[in-house]
This record gives sequence, C-alpha cells and structure tokens, in this order.
Amino acid sequence: VSGPLPGEGAPPPADRPAAPATPETPAAPAAVAELTDGEWHRLHPATPLLKGGIALIVVLGIIVNNAREWVVGFFVPGGRRPDGDGEGDPFGYVVEHGYLGFVLLGVLVVVAVLVLVFWLSWRMNTFRVTEEIVEVRSGVVFRTNRRARLDRVQGINIQRPVLARVFGAAKLEVSQAGDDANVSLAYLRSAAADDLRREILRRASGVQRSAVDGVQAAAPAGAATTASATASAQPAAGQVAPGQAVPGRAAPADSRQRFVGLVEQRAQDFLSDGLDPQEAPPESVVKVDVGRLVGSVLLSGYTLFLVAAAIAVVVSVRLTGEFFLLFALLPAVLGSSGYYVNRVTKSLRYSISSSRDGIRIGYGLFSTTNETLPPGRIHSVRVSQPLLWRPFGWWQISINRASRSSTDGSGQQGNSTLLPVGDETDVRRVLELVLPELVGVAAAEVQAEEQAEEASVPSAETGVGTETAGAEPAVAEPAHAEPGVAGPALAEPAHAEPAVAEPAHAGPALAEPARAVVHERASHTLSLVEDGLTSRGSEGGFTTSPRRAAVLRWFSWRRNGFRTAPGALLLRKGAIWRELVVVPLPRMQSVGLSQGPLLRRLRLAAVHLHTVQGPIIATIGALDQDDAMAFFEGAARDAVTSARADRTHRWGASSTPDAPREEPRP
Amino acid sequence: MDRLDVAEPAWTGISPKYVWPELVGWLVTGLIAAAATTPLWFIGAWWCYAITAAVVAVMVVVMAFVPRRVRSIRYQLREDDLLVRRGILYLRFVAVPYGRMQLIDINRGPVVRALGLSDLKFVTAAASSGVTIPGLPEAEADSLRDRLVELAESRRAGL
Repeated sequence: VSGPLPGEGAPPPADRPAAPATPETPAAPAAVAELTDGEWHRLHPATPLLKGGIALIVVLGIIVNNAREWVVGFFVPGGRRPDGDGEGDPFGYVVEHGYLGFVLLGVLVVVAVLVLVFWLSWRMNTFRVTEEIVEVRSGVVFRTNRRARLDRVQGINIQRPVLARVFGAAKLEVSQAGDDANVSLAYLRSAAADDLRREILRRASGVQRSAVDGVQAAAPAGAATTASATASAQPAAGQVAPGQAVPGRAAPADSRQRFVGLVEQRAQDFLSDGLDPQEAPPESVVKVDVGRLVGSVLLSGYTLFLVAAAIAVVVSVRLTGEFFLLFALLPAVLGSSGYYVNRVTKSLRYSISSSRDGIRIGYGLFSTTNETLPPGRIHSVRVSQPLLWRPFGWWQISINRASRSSTDGSGQQGNSTLLPVGDETDVRRVLELVLPELVGVAAAEVQAEEQAEEASVPSAETGVGTETAGAEPAVAEPAHAEPGVAGPALAEPAHAEPAVAEPAHAGPALAEPARAVVHERASHTLSLVEDGLTSRGSEGGFTTSPRRAAVLRWFSWRRNGFRTAPGALLLRKGAIWRELVVVPLPRMQSVGLSQGPLLRRLRLAAVHLHTVQGPIIATIGALDQDDAMAFFEGAARDAVTSARADRTHRWGASSTPDAPREEPRP
Repeated sequence: MDRLDVAEPAWTGISPKYVWPELVGWLVTGLIAAAATTPLWFIGAWWCYAITAAVVAVMVVVMAFVPRRVRSIRYQLREDDLLVRRGILYLRFVAVPYGRMQLIDINRGPVVRALGLSDLKFVTAAASSGVTIPGLPEAEADSLRDRLVELAESRRAGL
C-alpha cells in the first residue's frame, strides 16, 4: 500500500494556541498544503474499516454469539454441552458433522474477498482540491466523479462518528446547494480535516492571495516555536518542519514515546469539544445547558400527543373495561422513549460560535458533528416558541439553507436547527452571530450603493429616501420617528467616503466606517427582532392584521404582522405558538401575493416570501389587502436592490485578513 | 369593489388561443371523473346518477370560466423583475427579480403545439416561486426566453 496519505505527520491541533503565529489566518500546515496542491490524493487508510468494517464486526459478533455455548463448554468442563442435534445451533451442527474445516475456509475466503474489495475501493477513492474546485472520484465497477465549485460552497461539515474518533479520523463534507449535493471526503485524519476545512473556506472566501502570502511568510518562525513547545509530547516533530519523516530517529524508546503522545492526543481529541479557541473567541460561544435540553425535549409537542393518547387509553379502558388498547400502545411508548433519548443525545454539547468564515455549529457527545456556515448561506431564520416552553421563556432558532441532506442527522435536526433551545439571552447572542452576515453587510452595501447614486445624482436624495421607506405602508410610519430607526442612510451622509462608494472597489471592500455601519444596521435589526418576539399590536413598528381578520386569526390577529428592517423582512406570527421569521432580502428568491374568495370578501390578502426549501415557510396571511400590496411591491423592489449589492458568495474578497469582520462585535 | 392590482398595471396578456388546451384538459379530467362514478350506476339508486350529474355540472361550470381565467393570466417585464398574475377567484401575483433565474423551461404539450403555442416556466432556487407563463405564441416565447436570459445575465445574483 503506497501513495501519499492525507494528513501524514500533521502537527497536533491542540497545541497550537501557544504559537505566536497570527491568529486570523493561520498559514496552511504542510500537510494541508500538500493536500490542496491540486493533485489527486487518497483518503485515510482506515477508511474501509470505518465505512464497511462495522458490518464485518456485526457478522463476526453473530458468529461468536452462535459459538458462545460451545466455546464456554470448551473452556469450562462440566458446563452445559451443546445437544449435538444441531437444532437452532448452527455452530454445534457444524462441529458435530465435521464441517469445521470447510466453514473456516469459507469464512477465510469471504474475509479475504471483502478485504480485497475494501482495499480496491480505497485505492480508487481519490480527491483533489484546487484553487477553484474540489473533486472526488470513487467506485470500482461504477465510477463516480463529483466536482464542486468552491465559490458555491454552502457549508463545510466535519463529522466524527465514535469509531472514527477512535482512529483519529473524520469525515469532511462540502455542502452544495441541492438535494444530497455534498462532496464527501470520508475519511481524513482528524487534524487534517480541520486544517483542510480552513483552507477550503479561505479559498472559497476569495481572500486575496497576496494578503495571505504575507502571513505565510511570517509563519515558519511560528511553526518552529510550535514545534519546540510541543517537543515533549511529540518528539518526532522536533525542530524539523512538520510533515517530513525522520528516518534516523526510529529508536524504540522514541516510538514508545510517540505512541504515548498519540494516545494522549486521541484522549485530548475525545475530551475537546471540537472548538478551536483560536477560531472561536470564547465570548462568542453559545452553549446549550443539558438540563434545559432535556426539559425542552420533554416539553415538546410530541409529549402533548403522548399525554392525549394516554388520556384516550384511560378513558377507553374505563368505558369498555377492555385492556387491549393498553397493550396495543405499549410498543409506541417504548419507541417514543427512544425518540427522546435520540433527540437529547443529538443535541448534547451543542455550541454555536462565530469564526472567521461564518458561524460554527458543533454538537454530539460520542459522534460529533461540527459545521461551518459561511456568510450569506442562511436563507431565512425563525425564532419560535412552542406552547409548553412559554412558562420557561425558551426559544428555538431554525434556519433554511440551500443544501439538503437526506442522511444527515435525524430528519430536520442538525441540518436546520441553529439553536435547539435557549432563553432570550441565548437567542440574542445567536442572532448577534447570525445577523451581521445575514443583513448587516447587505444593508450597508445597499446603503453604499444608494450613496453612490446619490453622489452622482444629487437631486435623487428624496428618491432614495422613499426607496428605503417605501417598503413600509403608511401604518408603520410612526416607527420612523424613533431615534435611530431613521437609519444611517438618511442621517449620516458623511459615510459617502470614496472607499465605499467607489464602484471599482465593488462593495465587499468595507472600510472601517462601513463596518461600523454593518454593525449598527445589524444591531438595529436585532433590536427589532427582539421586540418582535413577544410584542403585539403596532409595538415595534409592525403592521398587523385589521380587526376584521379576527375571523381567520382568532387569537393572533393583533400579533400577526410584518415589518421591514435594514436588509431583512420580519414576519411576526402566532399568539399561542409564537414565531418570528426573518428573511434576509439578498436571499429572497421571489415574492408572491395571493387572495382567495374568502380573503377577497374580507378585503384581506396573504404575502409569501419565497426562499429555498426548508422547514420555514415565510408566509403571512390575513393582512389588509392594501397593506399586503404595499408590502409586496416594497419587498419586490428591495429584493432587487439587495441582491444587486450582495457579494457574500465571495465573502472574504479584498477584505484584509488582519481585520476580520466579527472582531468589533458589540 | 376594485380588484387588487399593482400600482402600474402595464400588463401583457397571453394568447387567447390558450383557451383550447385548457378546455381540452378540463374535458379529459371531467370525463375521467365522470367515468369513475359510473360503476355506482349498478347500485341503481337515484343518487348514484345524481353524483355523476353533479360531477358533469361542476365541470361545465369550471369550463365556462376558462376564457375568463385565461384572460386573467398576464405578465409584465419591469425594470428589474418579472411580474406575473393569474386567477380570478384565486388571485395570485408573483414578482421575481431577473437575477434569481436558475433556468427557463419551455414546454409544448400536444394541444399547445398544435395551436403553435408554448408554455414558459421561470425556475428559481425556491420551489414555491412557481412562475409560469402558459400559452405564449411560439416565437414570442422564444424571444421572451432570450430576453429573460439576457436580463438575468446583466443582473446576475447569487443564490
């Protein structure tokens, strides 16, 4: 077995924080530099075992289970001997009839063939990463080849199933828009996977080469210090550049020490929560409390259903005196306990944090998953509160995203839940992580563009003003009087400095003042979202359904409303099951308005904001038809402006690595 | 009461010939639905015949409204987006920015093709957008497609 192995000799990840290397853009380690050189590479040698080995172990387990009695009898004289008639005991049957030799041979052949097939499939499974694409080839008989463009990356997911963690391996998935359109690199060395993700995201972000080269030039000094700092744990690393084998030092003592170091590293991998402290500033990390998680799962709608079923059973038993229903429902109850356990273990150790390349979500206790969502890959956000969570003030945050996976997690969990449960502080902090990238940048760029127009056509000032305000129907007008709501676009013409307005700079080059605008805008939207969580009526500047809509929205007509925010549209719904949907304008695909006969009679209409498919359906019904039409037209207009200003598919382009976007988070 | 409409109603209608494919479609649907009820006749009760009659009556009413519904399908190319409306009882407007185009489908069913028409479908990343302009004359559909693609090129947006 030869060929370049991914991540060979990667430096241990846990020891790096001590290094004085620049924290923003760590230079790609040698192993990753090799992986991303555009040549074809093979995956982790344990891949076949991790992929198909489990089935083999299960089969072995079944055989051993069958042989158990016989083996026990063999070692413990006087124990129960197998009956010998072979009834229900294949192993005993085989031994009695003297087929043992044939069977062993058969097993051997099968194992040999399987090993050969696994080895072949490993040989044939190669991948490469270039500046533009990531590509995977696999299959022995049926060859598949999948190539994905880096600027279309929707997210990068690193999964570490229990078995893979034991081997120090990880599965890296590059998500693309569409159903099961992921490029999966299974399996890589654990440490290499993290570095590879960072490198792929760096390339995808479009950070300019020159900016990074400067950092890389400074890196070797840092790498040397890292190596000496970790010399005790990893003697092989020594003063030699990482990634180079040391042929002369293969002394036995050395290898033993190396083994201890390896075990230590594995243990560390197991204990760490997968969050690189240099990637995620600790103050930006939101964690989910275990007690609250268990409570939230117990208080889900499913529990309501169970309770209702239990009541139905009790009533039926009392009425009919028959108990058969009780037994019919027993399996369902047992199954539901599995559901609860599954829900909890999936979300254990849940953490959300910000990183240079977007939001980082990590979860799982034994099998961990760790995903990075670059900016602009979230198509809508919903903050919702099931009825039973209300006394505790808990909320859930879900998102719509363009990549869907049929195998990922249990259904929607994992792929579309951003915060399984959290109180208002948690919601605030998560939205703080999400919103700047979601709406802030877009809003600031729209503003910059508007100012550029303003600068070229001075008389257009009033026109720009109506464009921002036009999305809001007359009802919401008072909100404009609030301090700060008027928006910096109108209040601060001083921002029209050339760095932002210059068309040659093309938007993403947000200068320092523009970055301030991003945060101002985002925090404004954040405050609007917070207001919208529990408010009703016209509080918070929402336009609500008229009184006559009470026929259709019995309890929620005072709450059912919408408003525009910088860079996003907010829909506030539900008096009992409260929810607030945030649709970022640059991600909205189209807007619809519909009116059926009933709505027509009531002079009402519904507005649909179309985003990519997901758990969130951004629709608001039972609005006054004139409000709805104004909202529809305003949203259609703003969607065009925001989409034009949006540059998130290359989120890092021409922004310098020494000033990451999320640095001055308020 | 005025029908709900946008501020600048500069609509373009589709070909009135599109009535025929619609009628044929409904006729076939009606016949199948009516045929499905015929086994009930073996029961012999009067309400079994009434069910068939009701199905036929509903289909006739639906088909009577087809010309009006076809007239209600309209579109307009605004500066930055395509606006489509349809429906009389169930009114629906959709505005989709040109830059959101993922692809454009042109379909020709047998009846539609016989009349020299085409159905145009504007596909975005959102399945719920559902922007279709049926019953365009063939040449017009092709030129509209080219125009939309051209507009989408000049206003290209990400996902």
